[in-house]
Amino acid sequence: MSADTEVQPIVKMCGITIAFPGVLALDGVEFRLLPGEVHSLMGENGAGKSTLIKALTGVYSLDSGTITVAGRERRFEATADAQAAGISTVYQEVNLCANLSVGENVMLGHEKRKYGAIDWRATYAEAEKHLAGLGLEIDSRAQLARNSIAIQQLVAIARAMVLDAKVLILDEPTSSLDRGEVEQLFGVIRDLRDTGVAILFVSHFLEQVYEISDRITVLRNGKLVGEHVAKDFPKDALVAEMIGRELDDLAAISDRADRAIDRSGTPVLKATGIGKRGVLSPADLEVYKGEVVGFAGLLGSGRTELVRLLYGADRSETGEIQIDGKSVRIHTPRHAIDHGIALSSEDRRAEGVVADLTVAENMILGIQARRGWLHPISKTEKDAVVKEYMSALGVRPANPNVPIGNLSGGNQQKVLLARWLATAPELLMLDEPTRGIDVGAKADIQRKVAELSEKGLSVIFVSSELEEVLRIAQRVLVLRDRRAIGEIESHSVDLDGLVDYIANSEEVSVMR
Amino acid sequence: MKIVKHRLFWPAAALVTLLIINTIANPNFARVTLQDGQLYGNPINILRESAPLMLVALGMTLVIATRGIDLSVGAIMAVSGAVALTILDASENPGGLGSVAVAVVVAVLVGLVLGVWNGFLVSVLGIQPIIATLVLMLAGRGVALLITGGFITTVNSAPYKFIATGYLVVLPVAFFIWVAAVVIVSVLERRTALGMLTEAVGINPEASRLAGVRSRGIIWTAYIASGVLAGIAGVIFASNTMAADANSAGYLIELYAILAVVLGGTSLMGGKFSIAGTVIGVMTVQALNSAILFLGVPPAQAPVFFAAVVIIVVLLQSPRVHSYGRSVGQLLGVGVKPTREDKKEVAA
Repeated sequence: MSADTEVQPIVKMCGITIAFPGVLALDGVEFRLLPGEVHSLMGENGAGKSTLIKALTGVYSLDSGTITVAGRERRFEATADAQAAGISTVYQEVNLCANLSVGENVMLGHEKRKYGAIDWRATYAEAEKHLAGLGLEIDSRAQLARNSIAIQQLVAIARAMVLDAKVLILDEPTSSLDRGEVEQLFGVIRDLRDTGVAILFVSHFLEQVYEISDRITVLRNGKLVGEHVAKDFPKDALVAEMIGRELDDLAAISDRADRAIDRSGTPVLKATGIGKRGVLSPADLEVYKGEVVGFAGLLGSGRTELVRLLYGADRSETGEIQIDGKSVRIHTPRHAIDHGIALSSEDRRAEGVVADLTVAENMILGIQARRGWLHPISKTEKDAVVKEYMSALGVRPANPNVPIGNLSGGNQQKVLLARWLATAPELLMLDEPTRGIDVGAKADIQRKVAELSEKGLSVIFVSSELEEVLRIAQRVLVLRDRRAIGEIESHSVDLDGLVDYIANSEEVSVMR
Repeated sequence: MKIVKHRLFWPAAALVTLLIINTIANPNFARVTLQDGQLYGNPINILRESAPLMLVALGMTLVIATRGIDLSVGAIMAVSGAVALTILDASENPGGLGSVAVAVVVAVLVGLVLGVWNGFLVSVLGIQPIIATLVLMLAGRGVALLITGGFITTVNSAPYKFIATGYLVVLPVAFFIWVAAVVIVSVLERRTALGMLTEAVGINPEASRLAGVRSRGIIWTAYIASGVLAGIAGVIFASNTMAADANSAGYLIELYAILAVVLGGTSLMGGKFSIAGTVIGVMTVQALNSAILFLGVPPAQAPVFFAAVVIIVVLLQSPRVHSYGRSVGQLLGVGVKPTREDKKEVAA
């Protein structure tokens, strides 16, 4: 790790600490970026990657620590300061003006002027020069939105070049690109690197990280875990560093979940070749009565995409779904609900809670929606449902008449679990039900899942915490890079085995 | 503290303050007299004249709760008024109860159809509400002109005139109509699950979709209700003037309705709505209009006066102003205020 000592880092971040109310998002993180390298920043959700990027681009101010750019210590009060220092960012969601032309986007704020007015001919010529520098031959006068996302991303890079960027930050640039487009982008990245630009690359695709990176820095829970030269850093070591090892006293749940599942009959859910272009390669899945199937894989591996396709939240383009042996059409969440499938989304805030409604209203929303507005749930029935789940799940505060927005994440999650349990589903899909909630609530939710599955509920349990998946599921579907790469019985592997499988397993199509 | 925290406290306080100021400025403002078993006076006029705005604002409340807006209500009023009077005009016996009933029912049905159209554009085709309803706002008056043949149709019909100007027992008929509408809408929203589902769709459309709420039907219903209520408002307006004036019927009423909804504490961001709040909001707008006439504000200055009072009322309700008020109070050593409120809470 000292091979690079002769080169002066272009960016040096020392002892970076940023605190949000109740959370230490970054805790004394050190980070160096060298000119002419591609450096990947890795970590699971909440590890502090985006906070670090936002510190470097002037979005957040530091609570302590220093940022040195090109040998000078800088204090960024705003994003414009970072840009002036030569740091440009290309975000996952392209932040350009879709309804302006390509050339206007590239040159925005740097138009060529003549007699005080904009000289459009010269401006477009300049834009085309920068685009050509990236190997892009497109009509610079065409509307940006007419181009593919990949081209738009390259346009964003061209714009960064106009700003004369010394440091280019690429935050999940490949998440909506196909293979060929990724190649094109990587070609541009390599050319830029060779001209001495420092590139900070963030992606959830492990393969791509290894393909493009010179060095890798890993964060976990707001702390620096390590800085490595990519070619000397095996994939499983990376995954282990990202995930970490947490010791839990949840062995009891594990014992409960460790039971044989009768897979002789008809599966509750049978999905064959379910997929969508650019979202998920066709995947197969069977879930039996009383079984908990875990989905394991890193963020962006396709685990959320698969549950959303099964639920009809996104519409699948290929494949077939059978419920209890009967072929069904699931195009909208309503279809799924009518067939006894429930999904608790990973994004609690945006897709789960209805913040201004009360806890009680949030709980009964699922049943009420199913019945339609003409058949209101009577007060007695509502009180009974609410009372049952408030105590069964231990929701705090125990007052069901406060807006759900006032509750902590863990308690909101319990309310959402109650919303779905109240609809008496056959198959409950929980996407990251324990993300960002405290340990006590985590254990409560896992215990409830184990208990319900013993009583015959089928569950799909998606979590980035692999220990949790192994503890609660009888079978684990492993996904990587938007593809289901295999299934394992959870009693046949330990955590290291699963990590190894996620990182190294050769792609095998799921047994048909 | 509990009372102050109630969401209707500030809207109601604004209305009461406005009424008190009016009464102090001119004690005749609050005078009500009984003649031949019928009540007269300013407060009664406010109750009677607020009917069209009340009906329109009720519908607007539901639409705004879904994160939408309905700009076409004024135009719908013009169309429904034109339809009613044209039918009466063409009938052999405009004074007959039968022809009046037909005219009213057809006019309200036309309102319903126009509401269905708005709801279709918004909920099925996914057009932004402001644009979808703008279509009808602009085209509607043209349709009304087409119906009346470009003339201001005037009709003589005692039973039709009764709708807006008649009395039942001691109070105006128009007052009973809007009270009935408020009660029916409240029951429909709060005794069924429509209100809660409307709020859910307005607060978080995506979470509602994933929870299985059929948001299309919910949103559509709101626009239909708005259309029907605007249709009834058009009938009342035409009855008040007994002339189908396509240009002035319901002119700018969409903006006053939005104002009334907001004064009543319902957020334009959608979600939680309050029908009682809208009633208070409408009363506030109406009391203000009445005050302008009654206090003899010159017509040229009336809009400025109106705007000034609206700004004051809106500021009074703003949470940010409340917190400024609190800190200013503390600075001036009037720090007793919170304690007094706390005591009230204990007492309550």
